Amino acid sequence: MERRSLLASVLIYAAALALAVLLLLPILWLFVMSISPAADLTAKPLRWWPETVDLSRYRMLLTWEPNSMGQAFLAALRNSLTVAGLAVGAALVVAVPAAWAVSRNPRLEWSLYALILTYMLPPVALAVPLYLGLARFGLLNSTVGLGIIYLSMLAPFTAWLLKSGFDAIPRDIEASAKLDGARLDQILRILILPLAAPTLATAALFALLLAWDEFFYALLFTSDQRAKTITVAIADVAGGRVADYGQIAAAGVLAALPPLLIGLVMQRAIVAGLTSGGVKG
Amino acid sequence: MRHLTTTALAGALAWVAAAAEAETALNALFMSQAAYSEADVRAMTEAYMAEHPDVTVNLEFVPYEGLRDKTLLAQGSGGGYDAVLFDVIWPAEYATNNILLDVSDRITPEMESGVLPGAWSTVEYNGARYGMPWILDTKYLFYNRSMLEQAGIEAPPRTWSELSEQAKAIKDAGIVEFPIVWSWAQAEAVICDYTTLLSAFGGKFLDDQGKPAFTTDGGLQALEYMVQTLEEGISNPNSVEYLEEDVRRVFSNGEAAFALNWTYMYNLANAGDDSAVKGQVGVAPAPGVDGVSELSAMNGSMGLGVTATSQHPDEAWDFVAYITSQPIQNDYAELSLPIWSSSYEDPAVTEGREELIAAASKALAVMYPRPTTPAYNELSTLLQVAIQEALLGVSSPADALANAAASSGL
Amino acid sequence: MTFPRASLGSWALMLPLLVVILAVVSWPLAYTVGLSFTDAGLVASSGNFVGAQNYLSAMSDRGVRAAFYNTAWFTLVSVSLELVLGVLVGLLLNQEFRGRTLLRAMMILPWALPTVVNAILWRLIYNPEYGALNSALLQLGIIDSYQSWLGRPDSAMMAMVVADVWKNFPIVGLICLAALQSVPRDTQAAAIVDGAGPLARFRFVIWPYLAGPLMIALVLRTIEAFKVFDIIWVMTRGGPANSTRTMSILVYQEAFSFQRAGSGASLALTVTLVIMVLAGAYVSIMRRSALRA
Repeated sequence: MERRSLLASVLIYAAALALAVLLLLPILWLFVMSISPAADLTAKPLRWWPETVDLSRYRMLLTWEPNSMGQAFLAALRNSLTVAGLAVGAALVVAVPAAWAVSRNPRLEWSLYALILTYMLPPVALAVPLYLGLARFGLLNSTVGLGIIYLSMLAPFTAWLLKSGFDAIPRDIEASAKLDGARLDQILRILILPLAAPTLATAALFALLLAWDEFFYALLFTSDQRAKTITVAIADVAGGRVADYGQIAAAGVLAALPPLLIGLVMQRAIVAGLTSGGVKG
Repeated sequence: MRHLTTTALAGALAWVAAAAEAETALNALFMSQAAYSEADVRAMTEAYMAEHPDVTVNLEFVPYEGLRDKTLLAQGSGGGYDAVLFDVIWPAEYATNNILLDVSDRITPEMESGVLPGAWSTVEYNGARYGMPWILDTKYLFYNRSMLEQAGIEAPPRTWSELSEQAKAIKDAGIVEFPIVWSWAQAEAVICDYTTLLSAFGGKFLDDQGKPAFTTDGGLQALEYMVQTLEEGISNPNSVEYLEEDVRRVFSNGEAAFALNWTYMYNLANAGDDSAVKGQVGVAPAPGVDGVSELSAMNGSMGLGVTATSQHPDEAWDFVAYITSQPIQNDYAELSLPIWSSSYEDPAVTEGREELIAAASKALAVMYPRPTTPAYNELSTLLQVAIQEALLGVSSPADALANAAASSGL
Repeated sequence: MTFPRASLGSWALMLPLLVVILAVVSWPLAYTVGLSFTDAGLVASSGNFVGAQNYLSAMSDRGVRAAFYNTAWFTLVSVSLELVLGVLVGLLLNQEFRGRTLLRAMMILPWALPTVVNAILWRLIYNPEYGALNSALLQLGIIDSYQSWLGRPDSAMMAMVVADVWKNFPIVGLICLAALQSVPRDTQAAAIVDGAGPLARFRFVIWPYLAGPLMIALVLRTIEAFKVFDIIWVMTRGGPANSTRTMSILVYQEAFSFQRAGSGASLALTVTLVIMVLAGAYVSIMRRSALRA
């Protein structure tokens, strides 16, 4: 390694500090808004740090009472979890066999390339038929209906991630298992999946983040507490005439918490996934 | 043994089914707004359910901007909502697309005679009624009494040019930088302010043949007035990104002397805990124009209707009738004035807001309608953009309006 | 080969995935293509065949052209900024300094923040009276009066870009970092011994490793940016004076607000076509770079 001059060191630390501030400040401000008394948020100039901490918004959002804002918010959280859970689970179920098949049969690789092309389609190009289709089957405003749509977003790239995971598992293991008389599904279940568990977990969490973030389809296809997801619910809070900025911020903090935690936990895996899954897709 | 189990199971199923039948679940769509507030609507609904234990009402709140789209889209799901809140500008479109039930026959004589005659226009299209009026509203001129006094102004303006003069005096006296604040964001809100001015200047949206008529005379003068107040620095330039709640916040913070807004702002600004101008708020009908009008007002009312796809139209109508009934409206009159004429003689309703009611009695009588057309939403979108183009100086008022008229296809 | 009858068995395993894609992507896409040649409404009517009318009138429509221009501008500016910042940050994080691991972990936060929450956060920051940006800039003496960031056509789109860049440059930075870490140390050392300056080292030692991943980031971000809907919907809904109305917002209005499914479909497919062209360029570039490697 090259020896750094003092000037270079100073520059590096200054840049690192600036970057840290840039990354953290907006998020920190969201949190500060959520615990500041309403008057602080309309003061001029702004009060940057609250003198008294106001947790009432969190209490309100997290209290399940019939016909309350808390119920609406918690129902949205529940729906987001349900939809994302359904979609991620189903995505793994359809992606595992497909990924394995492609991994063991490189001549099929082009089919995954073709599937990844679906990522290029803007949701607006599919929205009208999907709306009519869901209506036809009575799946509008249902977590299952939305889950099916999300499944189609998650499955192709889950298959990609899994494929690169499967590629890393030597084929000899399978061959010897086969000689011992193991059936195809047994090989997959007992041998491959445990070996690919880390990839599987990465793919699942990654898919979860995508599903949690989705807004457009949820906006169109859900209408009330039975299916409305968290992204739509907080956009409603923010777009409506809620007077208290802190309330909006608190809802944002709560909605952001799960993905932020997941992101921190799997930071390395996300980058690996983006480059490996991304290289090919 | 197996037989017994089956019987028990069937019995249990029947019991569950019966329980489910006794319980009617209604879904109602409202909007999240200040008046009636979400909490108020929830409280009214709680009271209704307490009286009707066999009915549960699930409430859904969306921003005003999502209200119409949600109502239309939910139709596709074959009965998403049973009762919906709708704006005065939508009955034409809803009736054309068979969204709402025609409830003309369900209106009782008591309703017929008790509700203010002007309020019915909110729910009418082609002679049929599609719901009950609920929020009776128009844009009023709010003013900060102490700021006017400070500038030596004795009475609120009676004409729009007087408003400009007073605003200039307040600005020159250094009391506030931008004396007037409006809701001019690219949204229906800007159309409401524009409609108020258009009616003051004697303009028209459409002529008798249904062709655009806002491009000249009153329609043009209204927009020119709006632009002029920005150029003179008497209107808050941030108005172009404001909705009603932003207007209230600025006015309540004591950063504007005048504001155009709905009824609800009166109590919140004049008595709300978060208001810095408590007790200083005056309200008057929006001004007129010399030789053209005494005052101005636009119809910003909303109604509650039953959807055509509702499985429980009777229960839904019962709920609507309850929510819009006189006792309920009187109880919640703090932020929204009742539709019932005799309420205005009830001291419990009028006390503490005599000034508001005095303004209302004049303004509600001259509420000017926005155009009644099934394609209203598109026309409104075009107008919003045209008005903003003029306000932002991208285009002259005349060009902007002419462009909107040409694109409207009317 | 693991499979005796390779193809058949493999296809059977791929079947569930293919069924899902056919049902939820291919069929709707085909339906949309059909719709785009009709004047169908959303719920009311199934519409009549109108040929290419929707496409022709879209091309001559002032609003469509403006929306297309807005989308292209948003894409170009935000993606460029994200790439430039991403490379710089990647280079920075590849240096050795204390706190580097922590800083790398922080990089994931903006990306993980839900798009809608990000939009709401920035809308609050940009609030003309009570927003943090105005207050901070004024207290720092950078501006002498509060500005309207989302209320002016010239600044609204830029404000949107800033919000989008803040969320997305870190992930580009992390991708760059991963690429930089794959540069062999001895190659770098050799270049230094050979007396190559920093610029030459970047060009000849680092760039070959960076180019591929950067291209991926470029294309992924371009596609995302061209589809942009959420952030604009939450922040401005296309205002002021339609200055932030992008194609996705326009299609939403056309198909769902104005209930014209037919012409909405034609606009949506136009967007798709543009993205496909970009994607085609991407695939061909990827293939060429794969051949080189």
